[in-house]
Amino acid sequence: MDPECSQLLPALCAVLADPRQPVADDTCLEKLLDWFKTIADAGSSLLLLQENPCLVTLLCPVLKPQDLSPRVLAFLLRLAGILAAQEDCFQHLQQGDLLPRLFGEAGPLGGAAWTAPTVRSGWIQGLCSLTQHPSALCFLAHSGAVDTIFSLQGDSSLFVASAAGQLLVHILGLSMQAPAEGHPSLQPAHWPACAQKIVGHIEESLRATATPQVTQALNVLTTMFSHCHDPWTQVLWVHLSPLVACLLEKDPVPAAHSLVDLLLSVARSPVLSSSSCGLWDTLAQTLSRLRASQAGPLALGILKLQECPKALRAQAFAVLLQPLTCVLEATTQAPGLPGSVGGTADAPLTAGMLLPSKAACVGLLCQTLAHLELLQPLPQRPSPWPWAPLLSAAVTILRLCNGSATPTSDTGTHLCAFLAGCVRVQRAALDFLGTLSQGTGPQELVTQVFAILLEYLTSPDSSPTVLKKAFQATLQWLQSSPKPSGGGDLEPHAQLFLRELLPVLPKRLCSPCWDVRDSGLEFLTQTVRRWGGQAGFRHALLASEVPELTEQLLRDPESYVRASAVAAMGQLSSRGLHIIPASPGHPGAQQSLLEELLHILSTDSEGFPRRAVMQVFTQWLRDSHADVAADTEHFVARVLRVASQDLDWEVRAQGLELALVFLEQTLGQPSSSCPYAMTPPAAAPPSLVAQALQPFCRVQLFDFAFRALFDCDRPVAQKSCDLLLFLRAKTASYSDQQGSSSGPDVASLEAALQRWQAGDQGQPLGDLEPEAVVAVLRSLDLEGLRGALAESSDHAEQSPLSLLQDMLATAGILGENEADCY
Amino acid sequence: MKLYCLSGHPTLPCNVLKFKSTTIMLDCGLDMTSTLNFLPLPLVQSPRLSNLPGWSLKDGNAFLDKELKECSGHVFVDSVPEFCLPETELIDLSTVDVILISNYHCMMALPYITEHTGFTGTVYATEPTVQIGRLLMEELVNFIERVPKAQSASLWKNKDIQRLLPSPLKDAVEVSTWRRCYTMQEVNSALSKIQLVGYSQKIELFGAVQVTPLSSGYALGSSNWIIQSHYEKVSYVSGSSLLTTHPQPMDQASLKNSDVLVLTGLTQIPTANPDGMVGEFCSNLALTVRNGGNVLVPCYPSGVIYDLLECLYQYIDSAGLSNIPFYFISPVANSSLEFSQIFAEWLCHNKQTKVYLPEPPFPHAELIQTNKLKHYPSLHGDFSSDFRQPCVVFTGHPSLRFGDVVHFMELWGKSSLNTVIFTEPDFSYLEALAPYQPLAMKCIYCPIDTRLNFIQVSKLLKEVQPLHVVCPEQYTQPPPAQSHRMDLMIDCQPPAMSYRRAEVLALPFKRRYEKIEIMPELADSLVPMEIKPGISLATVSAVLHTKDNKHVLQPPPRPAQPAGGKKRKRGSDDIPDCKVLKPLLSGSIPVEQFVQALEKAPDH
Repeated sequence: MDPECSQLLPALCAVLADPRQPVADDTCLEKLLDWFKTIADAGSSLLLLQENPCLVTLLCPVLKPQDLSPRVLAFLLRLAGILAAQEDCFQHLQQGDLLPRLFGEAGPLGGAAWTAPTVRSGWIQGLCSLTQHPSALCFLAHSGAVDTIFSLQGDSSLFVASAAGQLLVHILGLSMQAPAEGHPSLQPAHWPACAQKIVGHIEESLRATATPQVTQALNVLTTMFSHCHDPWTQVLWVHLSPLVACLLEKDPVPAAHSLVDLLLSVARSPVLSSSSCGLWDTLAQTLSRLRASQAGPLALGILKLQECPKALRAQAFAVLLQPLTCVLEATTQAPGLPGSVGGTADAPLTAGMLLPSKAACVGLLCQTLAHLELLQPLPQRPSPWPWAPLLSAAVTILRLCNGSATPTSDTGTHLCAFLAGCVRVQRAALDFLGTLSQGTGPQELVTQVFAILLEYLTSPDSSPTVLKKAFQATLQWLQSSPKPSGGGDLEPHAQLFLRELLPVLPKRLCSPCWDVRDSGLEFLTQTVRRWGGQAGFRHALLASEVPELTEQLLRDPESYVRASAVAAMGQLSSRGLHIIPASPGHPGAQQSLLEELLHILSTDSEGFPRRAVMQVFTQWLRDSHADVAADTEHFVARVLRVASQDLDWEVRAQGLELALVFLEQTLGQPSSSCPYAMTPPAAAPPSLVAQALQPFCRVQLFDFAFRALFDCDRPVAQKSCDLLLFLRAKTASYSDQQGSSSGPDVASLEAALQRWQAGDQGQPLGDLEPEAVVAVLRSLDLEGLRGALAESSDHAEQSPLSLLQDMLATAGILGENEADCY
Repeated sequence: MKLYCLSGHPTLPCNVLKFKSTTIMLDCGLDMTSTLNFLPLPLVQSPRLSNLPGWSLKDGNAFLDKELKECSGHVFVDSVPEFCLPETELIDLSTVDVILISNYHCMMALPYITEHTGFTGTVYATEPTVQIGRLLMEELVNFIERVPKAQSASLWKNKDIQRLLPSPLKDAVEVSTWRRCYTMQEVNSALSKIQLVGYSQKIELFGAVQVTPLSSGYALGSSNWIIQSHYEKVSYVSGSSLLTTHPQPMDQASLKNSDVLVLTGLTQIPTANPDGMVGEFCSNLALTVRNGGNVLVPCYPSGVIYDLLECLYQYIDSAGLSNIPFYFISPVANSSLEFSQIFAEWLCHNKQTKVYLPEPPFPHAELIQTNKLKHYPSLHGDFSSDFRQPCVVFTGHPSLRFGDVVHFMELWGKSSLNTVIFTEPDFSYLEALAPYQPLAMKCIYCPIDTRLNFIQVSKLLKEVQPLHVVCPEQYTQPPPAQSHRMDLMIDCQPPAMSYRRAEVLALPFKRRYEKIEIMPELADSLVPMEIKPGISLATVSAVLHTKDNKHVLQPPPRPAQPAGGKKRKRGSDDIPDCKVLKPLLSGSIPVEQFVQALEKAPDH
């Protein structure tokens, strides 16, 4: 601990121990604990106590817990735990009889303070910290703390209850390590007393009739098998698995969710995943015993396992697919359709699960769709993946939701009634349909997919969120549709689809809901980016009202929509799809898009449209857009001038991005993957570099970049720093040969920069000479600046000293504000 | 308790409830879909309509060609449009004691009932219902009377001839009872029979039952009704809405514990969600106007139009439509827009609070102030000088058979730039458009019906838990076009009883109790005896006095002075009989014993 902190510590301890003082907020106490933990981890806690006796004094008031606020009391318990984690310090505190008084019967335990969940939580966390050595185990055994922990498992506060479970796992793990004599005994009867006690408690809980107790036991075991992979855990599982299996015989199975978690954590444990434990049988049995909504997560977990018997995987997959099978059967003429999803044996059972209530049906379907969506991208997903039936199921669900499906059974009729208009299922099914685009399906199914998507995109009943999902799924399907062999870019039916869709898009762009307009524009941007070069698409787009409407949306009242319109217009214009209509009524009234976007950049009151404009401009510069290429320097100069005045840091940062593109283009960066890579000095002949820097001076890029270097927003400063470093690297050879790091220009520039750094950015730099810039670049400590910027912004404020000062200042101890108070 | 069903139209009901000793007519809806069989009445001479070819039978017989005209394969009656009245023969309508009106759309047949059936009772309705109902009637009469038509076709109605006609004329029901529109005089006379009521006001009918209107959330002043006696409660739900639009929200709680709930007036378009339709309406309107086309919105002068104007008020600026004129043409346009602003107490909370600011509750006031919305009584006069295109015109009648809308259909129908947007759900838009075919104009169908849908109904029924539900037969099965949609029907336990036109329903419900008052002096004389804990009994000798459906037990008249021993003896003879009968007061009567007792007392 540094001396300044040591000096402040006694005062702080006094504040904390004084019940009349206002208690510092929780964050400060947390930070203080973090700090003590760092100190304890780095050195001896005993030494810390000896050097700072105030800490021991601080721990003493706990003996009268009623005087302390629960927060401070919890803090002290946790502090004691941290300190006592080292055995010598533990002994030291034990000698002072402090620990039993803190954590034993004499402490807050059972007193009035105990009613505060914070105190109970602090007590557990303190014990958790100190339980690091055998002496601690003895202490626990003698103090009777373990029984208290057992009871805290059922605490009314979830945090306390969960922490109690974790503490039990921690104690069990430590006590099993203690013998440290190779493989532990196969007989739990020979395990250490403490371990036996805990295992006994778990066994008792597993046999209990009350579900909460079973849940507690299962949760403890889950935590243990997830975190501890020592060989003895296998012994424990062998010992306990019959009890777990007994749970499966009850009807309904108690604590099913926790049971699933436990079985999966056991299955994932590297020590246990052998068939000898009978685990696979238990899993198979559980799959068949649980209700569909409970079995789903288990099935997903099993399928995600790296190693697992084939039969079990097949069973799990069938369980996962059950609801979809049921949906398919309810809407198909023939029962047991060919190529159906998974097995059909359990379908009637699931139909029973799907039908009791709308909520259950919707919940189960959404869960199933989400599970399959998670599973699909994994390498261990079942193979072959049933693309076609899944597609068919997704389409059917969407049809049931919009009422266009024809049910063929009572189940189907019920499903139809439950799902009609259900937005939740629609969203889940569209998401899933989108992910299915990565696979292949028979042509007629793909046609059905496009048909249902078009129905959703056209229907006035699609809610804005459903519409957004429909647009996303559509894009995914369009992107994945294979390219036809004879050239062209889009498969004929996808092309046909786009043509049918384009008349719908104008309606969406005119929607009174801003989010519909927004998702319509996003979709447009993406499609134009992808197919803007494709003749058929271009033709259809130009024939529609879409480009004109998009232009109109640049003046939308909603800023998100304006931003999306900017992006869409940028893309349309890049692709030559933005045609200024020759309106006879207003000759010449149509200003160019560039002007319009610049107008938005300089006048729009919201950040989003301005950011979008900067992105469009950067892209245009990259692509050498015609409007930009006509006079690039003029363009860059205008944009940078406006961007530098912007109050939104993202706009300024994007300005730097644009400047970087300009730099690269001017200096002829040969599309290097790393823009900041050092180039060999020989690469840039001096005269060329001087010439090359001229345009940057003309567009006042340096003015912008230096200003950004001292920007109050760190990302801007960082970006500028990177940009200048890149520039310096490029001009290294030039400055080497010129060697003129002084001169009137340089001096005034440096002076101006110093003023800027001090916060006075009023004065512009004026016209700069390349030489002066290069010299300043060399003299600036850009690397140092970059290092400083890389530190988190609050590194100065986070020091322990400032923490102590802050806490004391809050308490009014530092004195400077005392006079002001009255 | 019986229900006489006089109308088959589920949203334009007309039922008569016989309950205790009262005869109550529930609503008085006028089915105007019959007008779809007639040719439109053009305000301005239309060469196209007047030159339509006459229709002749397959064998070339053209005796009907004066009455029937053919247009694009459809046959129309060339005559003054006629309406299909509620049944008048099922029950003697002069016996109806009161008519309860639930909203202004459901009172359009009132003049036919009050003026031509010998009706002498009272009509109950809320003030906005009466005022706006009057506007609707006034508009209807005006639309029809201002285009006098000499011809009144009746030949085609002959049953033998009707059979030979093509559909839908062939299948039209009860054509002989179709009637021409009433006159303004009849309207005034009918409306004069209305007594105004307020929500939750209790109205005693002959002391027998009490009726109470409740807010139904559908339209200004729209109500559901509770008809109850001391021990029975019948709820009549008609045209209700749970959506947040302009009217006061629906009062659901008061419908609880009904013995019978008569459920009518659900949404006519159960698959369309009003929000989505409003979106569709706005985007189609914007697209048309942007392209230089005109938009025609056939509508009623009150109701959804207020909400549409409010949506447009918020939408036009964002869609860049601020320069587009909106015209509202109706003989009652001005009154409708102004009435809407003065019925503050009947509006939803949000709009009510505006009144205290003070601000007009509906934003159409601002649209009018800024000249974005202009209203005219007719397309003659000022309108023709102000008229500027492209524009949006709201005008009636939604059937497209009369009113200014006919002119705009003729005017704009030929250009594909224009759009007609149907927002009123009462008429099939395809049938409405039939006499205008071939039509180049775009047609958009955005029916906005805010009335309850089946999901809301099932929630409502779960909440109010009526013992029995009675509804039109259309609600007990899925719509014919979507027979698999089991969600589009009423699902309740026990299953709803259904009715159809001209049916009499005996409601499954027996009256078991009647409230009787005991006069205080009689009550004083009672001496209850506790027969088991908590239950005491006392014998009562009294005279039951019944007047105005109120029953009162009064002390018996003092027995006349005993005249002779014989009478006293008989009196003492009676005593043992009484003692035998005493315990039977609360049980069933042993008939034989009773008869014997009667026989023993020959002078009674």
